[in-house]
Amino acid sequence: MINFISDAAVITKRQLQQLTRVPELLLFSTIQPIMFVLLFRYVFGGSIDTGQPGGYVQLLMPGIFVQTVAFTLAGTAVGLAADMQKGLIDRFRSLPISRSAVVIGRTLGDGALNIVVLTAMGITGFIVGWRPTSSVFEVILGFIFLLVFGFAMSWIGVLIGLSVREERVATNATFIVVFPLTFLSNAFAPTTGMPRPLQYIAEWNPVSTMVAGCRELFGLENQFGATAGSFPSENPLQMSIVYMILIMAIFIPLSIRKYNNAAKK
Amino acid sequence: MKAVIAENLVKTYNKGSVKALDGLNLDVEEGTVLGVLGPNGAGKTTSVRILATLLSPDSGRAFVAGIDVLKHPDEVRKIIGLSGQYAAVDETLTGWDNLIMFGRLYHLSAKAAKDRAVELLEQFSLTDAAKRPIRTYSGGMRRRLDLAASLIIRPKVLFLDEPTTGLDPRGRQDMWGVIDDLVKGGVTLLLTTQYLEEADHLADEIAVIDHGKVIARGTSDSLKREVGGERLEIVVENEYVAAVKEIVAKVSGGAINVDEGLRQISAPVTTGSKALIEAAKMLDEQGIHPLDIGLKRPSLDDVFLSLTGHVAEEKVVEEDLTTKGRRRGK
Repeated sequence: MINFISDAAVITKRQLQQLTRVPELLLFSTIQPIMFVLLFRYVFGGSIDTGQPGGYVQLLMPGIFVQTVAFTLAGTAVGLAADMQKGLIDRFRSLPISRSAVVIGRTLGDGALNIVVLTAMGITGFIVGWRPTSSVFEVILGFIFLLVFGFAMSWIGVLIGLSVREERVATNATFIVVFPLTFLSNAFAPTTGMPRPLQYIAEWNPVSTMVAGCRELFGLENQFGATAGSFPSENPLQMSIVYMILIMAIFIPLSIRKYNNAAKK
Repeated sequence: MKAVIAENLVKTYNKGSVKALDGLNLDVEEGTVLGVLGPNGAGKTTSVRILATLLSPDSGRAFVAGIDVLKHPDEVRKIIGLSGQYAAVDETLTGWDNLIMFGRLYHLSAKAAKDRAVELLEQFSLTDAAKRPIRTYSGGMRRRLDLAASLIIRPKVLFLDEPTTGLDPRGRQDMWGVIDDLVKGGVTLLLTTQYLEEADHLADEIAVIDHGKVIARGTSDSLKREVGGERLEIVVENEYVAAVKEIVAKVSGGAINVDEGLRQISAPVTTGSKALIEAAKMLDEQGIHPLDIGLKRPSLDDVFLSLTGHVAEEKVVEEDLTTKGRRRGK
């Protein structure tokens, strides 16, 4: 058990070390979400009527936070596919280490990166007018929710990365997963404008429940107007917790199994 | 004592349609080097991956230092080192970072990991490059660092899968030097290669594999002998060809081959250097000065050709073409 923790810690450390050796990595993984904040804030902000004191940015920030942590999936998948392709996973598998240490270390490392990215985005959001109105405790809880959601999504990334085995394929594959997931949601625009069947999909989407949940935790009453009245849109926080547990319960065992069988193609 | 044993290994891919190993048997005596020689796709990498616990065979058994690879892979991992065709290290990190990371994963203490990293960097002439990211290394340096990483725990058994594939001649020479030193240190080594010269140079014994099976086994010398004995070859000016043919007939019992273009007379001999000296003496008595005279022993190329019916290098090209064709077909 002690070995397991130290093995995972070595892998997490490796990832953080990569950031110090290639500072561009950290720079670009931070700049991209900041760019999204600014683009959405100033491109759509003026034309979307939210009926919300403080304007679109109050609704946007939770949406973009969730989108960013959802993209952890891509980072994990691409990183693992690259390790696979370069034979690094083979080497790890030839070492006397716990078999799950490599993937757990990886997801924790990607989670740690999220702390940096969310902090940078939060500061940017504050500068462009985002003001949470809830208590400090609730705001912190909101960020913990975001980190856990990112961690859960990261495990889907493990499965994708180990399955596609090639860096470029992983990049494309994750875009196909994450883009619909984040856009078919309430993150950037009200779901009420979508065709009826899409509304239901959007409201049951874990991204939507996360966004709605975070909006609640950051002190917003208004959730982009009326909803289709589905259960998740009425109970976003509860549903988000259920989703996170579900994702982890399904994908952690699947991913660890995939890792153990990684070479047995 | 056998340090490595593979018994009747069978491994198929794509639901049995591709047979990578077809009843492969291997063993390596402790403290010796076995060269596994074969063209691309012969099953070299698959055998190494099974022995190094990365892959399970469909059937068969494997032991490393007496430990059952399939039943106790974790125990095997504690005593083996593996270095593959590609440098399996983190390219964004420095050489130093990598060795520390792998040292820690072998559960060395922080201090022990550092000491070992210093030692290995020195041993592999990488001390100056230690603080540079691996992506700035040359191919040879990468491969050396990869090998260093596989030696952190001083493995009892080392697997090197095509350690010099893709290296330039200089890098290959360096790598051979490094491997020679390791072998002197007493490690048991299983090395795969598609270079006949490499097996000849590094290995005590050679197993030639093709289509997932060992088709010949022995020392480089015994394999060469199996293919055919030595030949006496003499090259002379055209005017002497007939005279030399007579001399060769006296020392050789076999068929004499005359290549007019090369002005070369050759014939199999059974008495080795004795035949050579006798022939030379007779040439001298008749006042004939050969342009070249010598005993030629068959090269491993000849061995491969006579065993498989094709030359190793040609096979490589064929394999490449068929894989490409298959991919396009999909």
